[in-house]
Amino acid sequence: MSGWLSAAEWAVIALSLKVSIVAVLASLPAAYALAWLIARRRFPGRMLLDAAVHLPLVLPPVVTGWLLLLAFGRNGPIGRWLEQIFGVTLVFTWLGAALAAAVMALPLMVRAMRLSIEAVDRKLVEAARTLGASPLRAFATITLPLSLPGIAAGAMLGFARSLGEFGATITFAANIEGQTRTLPLAIYTGLQVPGSEGAVARLAIMAIVLSLGALMVSEWLVRRSGGSRAHVL
Amino acid sequence: MSFEVRLSLQLGEAEVAADFSSDARLTALVGPSGAGKTSVLNAIAGLLRPVEGRVVAAGQVLFDSTQAIDLAPEARRAGYVFQDGRLFPHMSVRANLAYGERLAPTTERWITRDEVSGLLDIGDLLDRRTANLSGGEVRRVAIARALLAAPRFLLLDEPTASLDAARAEALLGLIERIRDAMNVPILLVSHSRAEVERLAGQVVEMA
Repeated sequence: MSGWLSAAEWAVIALSLKVSIVAVLASLPAAYALAWLIARRRFPGRMLLDAAVHLPLVLPPVVTGWLLLLAFGRNGPIGRWLEQIFGVTLVFTWLGAALAAAVMALPLMVRAMRLSIEAVDRKLVEAARTLGASPLRAFATITLPLSLPGIAAGAMLGFARSLGEFGATITFAANIEGQTRTLPLAIYTGLQVPGSEGAVARLAIMAIVLSLGALMVSEWLVRRSGGSRAHVL
Repeated sequence: MSFEVRLSLQLGEAEVAADFSSDARLTALVGPSGAGKTSVLNAIAGLLRPVEGRVVAAGQVLFDSTQAIDLAPEARRAGYVFQDGRLFPHMSVRANLAYGERLAPTTERWITRDEVSGLLDIGDLLDRRTANLSGGEVRRVAIARALLAAPRFLLLDEPTASLDAARAEALLGLIERIRDAMNVPILLVSHSRAEVERLAGQVVEMA
């Protein structure tokens, strides 16, 4: 296998996995919190929050990338702050690619988690409360474990989405070898260079294998929890 | 005073009012379907907030709109046996029983797990998944779980509904034993005249 792919190609795959895994793990708590808020709370602006979370799903990814550039760029309000306080630069770095992937994956993750939280019978939470559990304990012992399949499925979908992220990444983090050139960007770059058809094909096969694997794992997790696929997508 | 309940509830379009006090060990709440009996139990347990009123159970003020008292459900210590059982599906019977028991202050516990086990005959069920229990078993485990949480009072919502005659009879005997042996006031919602006549020291009619 290692002979089949060149060292540079392996590096692309390793970078893609790093970017996607970091994107999913870092956004997981936020995604779950958003899912819980939208599923369980009634507050003014809930519809707006729901719409904002879903925006990256319907917006052209280039626009999402441009918005990220405005906010997290060197001169953006958040970007400047991150650089001054923590010395962290996001544009043109793999962390920036992870941020772009996380934002693009968020709607899918929130959606899967929200549905699984909504599927948890509130009456069970009420029962836990009458048995002496505080709201926090009832959440931790009832809602959280019962929505675990949705968390896992959402994470896998988010991972697959991150792996394929292109538009927002190239706009915000650019296409820098070893930093932000993930699988899709490497394939795109290969297509621009004559004579790299073989590399493109190999990377495309890896992309298919990884995405298929993630989808199958998420499917399996949903099945195991007794839900249907329509439940998550 | 076992129960002192005076409250009005707003349930969507409908309004429900209840006004009764009782000194009986077991008080029955009766009335036609849709009269709001379960809603009254929910309000006493703290799961439903009355528009206004006052709720006292086992000598403790749980809710009083004029004094701005509204205890959280976990502070009310209601032993609420829901009509639908509401066992936690991701836990074994044993873990369901331990759920409230663990949270109850040790000094307030008034029944042990062995006693509950013997009383409700659930010793064989402990390692089962709740999904594999029959209706009668679910009811018994739900009662056991409520008792082990060291409640100050019990709320029983149609405990014999959908049970066959033999199971219902066994459960009635059990409720009688709890009523006579334990020092916790019981509020029972029931549709059965015979059941109410047999168990209740006082009957509250809801219209």
